[in-house]
Amino acid sequence: MATLKEELIKDIRFVEGLNSCINCGVCTAICPAAQFYNYDPRMIADTVQKGNEAEIEQLLKSDTIWFCGECLSCKTRCPRGNTPGYIIQALRALSIETGFFIESQQGCKQLALKRTIGEHILKYGYCVYIDEVNTQMYPEQGPVWDWFKQNRTQMLERLGAKYKKAGKGTLRQISKESLNDLQRIFDETGATERFEKIENQSAIKARELGFDFQEGKDAYFDYLYNGNTESE
Amino acid sequence: MWEAYQKEIADDHYYFARSCIRQNFFPAAEELFLKIVGQELGKDIYDDPRQTTCTGIAYHSGIVPMKTTMTVVARQFALMTEAGYENFVCSCVTSFGIYTEMLETWKHFPEKEQETRDALKRATGMTFKIPKNLVHCSDLVYKFRKEIAAKTKFRLINKQTGEPLQVVDHIGCHYAKIFPKKGIGGAEFPYVLAGMIDEWGGAQVDYPERRHCCGFGFRQYLLKSNRGYSVSNSKKKFDSMEPFHPDLIIANCPGCTFFLDRWQYVISEMEGKIYGQNGYGIPVLTYEELAGLLLGYNPWDMGLQVHQVAVEPLLNKLGIEYKPDEKYKGINGLDLGKPEMPNVLKCC
Repeated sequence: MATLKEELIKDIRFVEGLNSCINCGVCTAICPAAQFYNYDPRMIADTVQKGNEAEIEQLLKSDTIWFCGECLSCKTRCPRGNTPGYIIQALRALSIETGFFIESQQGCKQLALKRTIGEHILKYGYCVYIDEVNTQMYPEQGPVWDWFKQNRTQMLERLGAKYKKAGKGTLRQISKESLNDLQRIFDETGATERFEKIENQSAIKARELGFDFQEGKDAYFDYLYNGNTESE
Repeated sequence: MWEAYQKEIADDHYYFARSCIRQNFFPAAEELFLKIVGQELGKDIYDDPRQTTCTGIAYHSGIVPMKTTMTVVARQFALMTEAGYENFVCSCVTSFGIYTEMLETWKHFPEKEQETRDALKRATGMTFKIPKNLVHCSDLVYKFRKEIAAKTKFRLINKQTGEPLQVVDHIGCHYAKIFPKKGIGGAEFPYVLAGMIDEWGGAQVDYPERRHCCGFGFRQYLLKSNRGYSVSNSKKKFDSMEPFHPDLIIANCPGCTFFLDRWQYVISEMEGKIYGQNGYGIPVLTYEELAGLLLGYNPWDMGLQVHQVAVEPLLNKLGIEYKPDEKYKGINGLDLGKPEMPNVLKCC
C-alpha cells in the first residue's frame, strides 16, 4: 500500500508545489490566511518535506489544511519556487480521498460546498446562480439584492440579459445538451466519485453527531454552513 | 524588466468565455463589454450559448478534481475550435488563472494533455486546438484604451475642481500572482487597470495594501461560518486606502468587484464605519462600467443600480447628468419600487 507521501507525489500540484523549502517564512508573511487564522504555510511545507507519515496523517485530519484561501500569493513570492497553495490543494484532495476530512470541523464543511457550488454546476451550468442566492444565506448582499431578486425578470430584461431563455447572452438557460456534457465529464474524471465520497463520509459523521442525515439543505448542512456557534 | 511583463493580445477575432459571478451580480457588465468591443471598437467577438462554467470556484474550494476542471476547460477550447476561433478571451479572473494553469500544465506535463484529450473524447466526442492567444477581458480594454479614450465624452477629472480623480485599482490575485508573465506588468506592478486610469485622465492611488487579496478565499467566503476571513481582508485594504481619499475603486476580477462593494455595506452596518465622503461609500466599478460611463452611456442601462454602494457621488464629480427617477424602473418605465435603505451607508 502506498504511503501518504507517495500518494501526494502522484498529484502534479504537489510535485510543482514543493521543490526545496528553506523555511524562510516569506509565504507566511504574505499569506492573507495567516493574518486571519492560526495558520502558517511555512509549517505546511516543512511537514510534507520532512515526510513523516504520522505528521502528514495528522495534517490530513486537521483544520489547518482548510484555512488557505487559494489566492496563491505565496507562488509569487517564494524565493525557491515553492507554492504552499498547490501543496494545500493536493493535501485537500487526499484528505477527501482517504476520508480523513471528516475528522476536522473545517474538513466536514466540504459537504456544504458540494451541496451548493458543486450541485449548481450540474443543475444550472453556473457555479453560482441567482435563484439560489438570498440574503438569509448571504446577508452581505444587502437590501439592493432583495429588491433586484424580487424584480429580476424585469430588471434582467432591462439590462439586456437572457435570464432563463435559450440562446446566447447573460444568464441564458444552459442547454440540456451542455449540462449532459458536464455530467459525463464529471462521471469520467472523478468528480462524481468525489461527490459520492463526500456524501457517504459525511453521512457517517452526521449520524455520529446525532443529526438525521438528509439530502439538500438539511439540519447538518445548516450546522456546517452557518457554523456551530458554541465552538467557533 | 518591464518588457518581460508585456503580453501578446490578439488584435481581432475573439471567442468570448463568460463569468458566473459577473452574470449574476453585475448582470449588465458582459453585454457592456461586448458592446464596447463589438460596436465601439468594431472587433469580431463570438458569444457562444454552449459554454458553461469553467468550474474554477469549485476547483479552488476543493470539491472537484483537477482532472475534471482540466476536461471542462478542454470542452471550452473544443467549442472555440468548432466555432472557428483561435483567440480566447475570458471574463473572469479565476477562469483566466484556471485556463492559464491548465495550458501551463499541458506544456510541462504533455501526458496530462493527452489524458485530457482522451477523457474529453470519451465523455463528449469532442476534440480541441490549443488557443493561439489567451487573454482576460481587461487585457482587451487595456490594449484599446487609447481608442476608447478618443471616443469618451468625459475624463476622470473632477468637474468642480479640475483635479484628476483619485482611483484605486484592484487586480484579482489570479490575474498575475500565479503566472506573473501572463499579466501586463506582472504581479508586483500590474498595469492593466493603472494603464486605463492614466490614459483616461485619473490619478493612481498607491496605498500600502494595494496588492493584498480582497479576501474571497473561495471556501472562506462561500461558507457563512468562514466569512469573517473575507470581510477582514477587505477591511485591511479599506483602512489602508482611506487616508488617500479615493473617489473610485476599479477591479478586473468579478469576485473582487463584488466584495469591495458589499463589504463596505457590511462594515458600515457592523461598525458604523464609512470609507467614502459625506456618508457614502467609495463607488466600485468594473473596467468596462468605467469605460461605459466615460463613453456617455446611461448608468442605469449599465446596471449600476444593482451595486450596493451608490455611484451618484462619482457621477456628480464626473459631471455626468443622470435621471434619478429612472434608476429603479423596469421595462418601459415600469415602477419597481425601491430597495430598502441601509441603516448607516447613504444610498440614493
